[in-house]
Amino acid sequence: MDILKQLSDTFLDWEAMGEVVPKMFAVGLPNTLVLAVISGIIGTLLGMALALMGISRNAAARWIARIYTDVLRGLPPVLTILVIGFGFGPIIRELTGSTSPYPMAIAALSLMSGAYIGEIFRSGIQSVDKGQLEASRALGFGYGASMRLVVVPQGIRRVLPALVNQFIALIKESSLVFLLGLLATEREIFQIGKDAAATSGNLSPYVAAAIFYLVLTIPLTHFVNWIDARFRSGRPEKKEPDDAAAVVGKGAHA
Amino acid sequence: MSEFTSGTLTAKNIHLSFGTNHVLRGIDLHVEKGTTASVIGPSGSGKSTLLRVMNRLIEPDQGDILLDGRSVLKDNPDELRRRIGMVFQQFNLFPHKTVAENISLALRKIRGMSKEQAREEALAQLDLVGLKHRADARPANLSGGQQQRVAIARALAMKPEVMFFDEATSALDPELVKGVLALMTDLAQGGMTMVVVTHEMGFSRNVSDVVTFMDAGVVVESGPPEQLFNDPRTERLQGFLSDVL
Repeated sequence: MDILKQLSDTFLDWEAMGEVVPKMFAVGLPNTLVLAVISGIIGTLLGMALALMGISRNAAARWIARIYTDVLRGLPPVLTILVIGFGFGPIIRELTGSTSPYPMAIAALSLMSGAYIGEIFRSGIQSVDKGQLEASRALGFGYGASMRLVVVPQGIRRVLPALVNQFIALIKESSLVFLLGLLATEREIFQIGKDAAATSGNLSPYVAAAIFYLVLTIPLTHFVNWIDARFRSGRPEKKEPDDAAAVVGKGAHA
Repeated sequence: MSEFTSGTLTAKNIHLSFGTNHVLRGIDLHVEKGTTASVIGPSGSGKSTLLRVMNRLIEPDQGDILLDGRSVLKDNPDELRRRIGMVFQQFNLFPHKTVAENISLALRKIRGMSKEQAREEALAQLDLVGLKHRADARPANLSGGQQQRVAIARALAMKPEVMFFDEATSALDPELVKGVLALMTDLAQGGMTMVVVTHEMGFSRNVSDVVTFMDAGVVVESGPPEQLFNDPRTERLQGFLSDVL
């Protein structure tokens, strides 16, 4: 019984939790959402650019996208955030006079998620039947217009579940920006919990932070399952393309 | 220019290789405006590839393509494809758009029509293929035969001078083939210039003006249907006909 009591004192101290929750609502939650949403938007734009570069006819563009993606996906997020935050922070400070590491935090999260989202988009675009590009080109659309109007919209639809998963990851990874030493008003859910835990010597604020994260991520997880199921059952299976009938070969991209 | 005064299409000595695979080995094909040419032959003979070379979805390694006597290889390929409609074996309708949008997309973005104008034109084209009532359905909710008729309407909406059909009925259930072939026959008899790659020997024999038999990347025999079907001169064509008829 002692152990149970000890655990409950450590993790379920309602008083300690009650103290930190208002601050999490007022400061932590908005900051977590701002970090995740803004980096999510920038990461999506960056990812789309990387995906289009990755399937481009231009070898240089393909290589740049490849190397960028390999490096950013291959590094631990904590390392990327530290390197970008501390490495580029001072330069930005000099240029803009701003001392806040917040923009650097957003930049690091955006650059990381861009690499993942780029691969998601690329796989989606490449999964679109070659016949779609062919049909569009046969109507007289150029390569760019065909991609924009026909191929890319279909590719994006297919990877919406993976995209939401990436957004969930971003919400969680946003907790790492505490490493950059944010101002009091810039702190997100995790750091508020961490600060409170450090001053009170009690871990209950972490539990409160955990509940905040779960309230954000679990609905999103189920949203993913829902769209996934809808895509699976709501639309009839697409027929496999007949390879022989869909030769997009030399010059088809011209 | 009235509707069918142009559209004479000529391919001259077309060569094409994919790597070491010499797919087309000096193909000549001439389609007089207002006539229907059908291309028959075993799978892998290069028929479908030839169609794609003639509208420059694939660029030939060698040879020339003439439309109304003028070489088109130097022109913008997008411009050429706007003059040649194409219908595919797998329909290739755009699944994320409605039936009407499938047709109006190119009318708006390429022909520069307004949204209303393009929709009106799309509905008119759908009416011609008997599918106006499905204008707002998604392609996936149509039968294969209906999808192919929409694909034909989509190509016709661009007012092409020539129509290509690439095994347009091969992916259809047998009972749906008839409707699509009837539509193609109407088009041919209406004076459209057509190149039809097909396994439908009945269509080839009854509707086309010229039949071309291809095998292994070359034209083996070409001529009026009576001649090719009743009096095949080469062993290869005789063998092919005895396999498929």
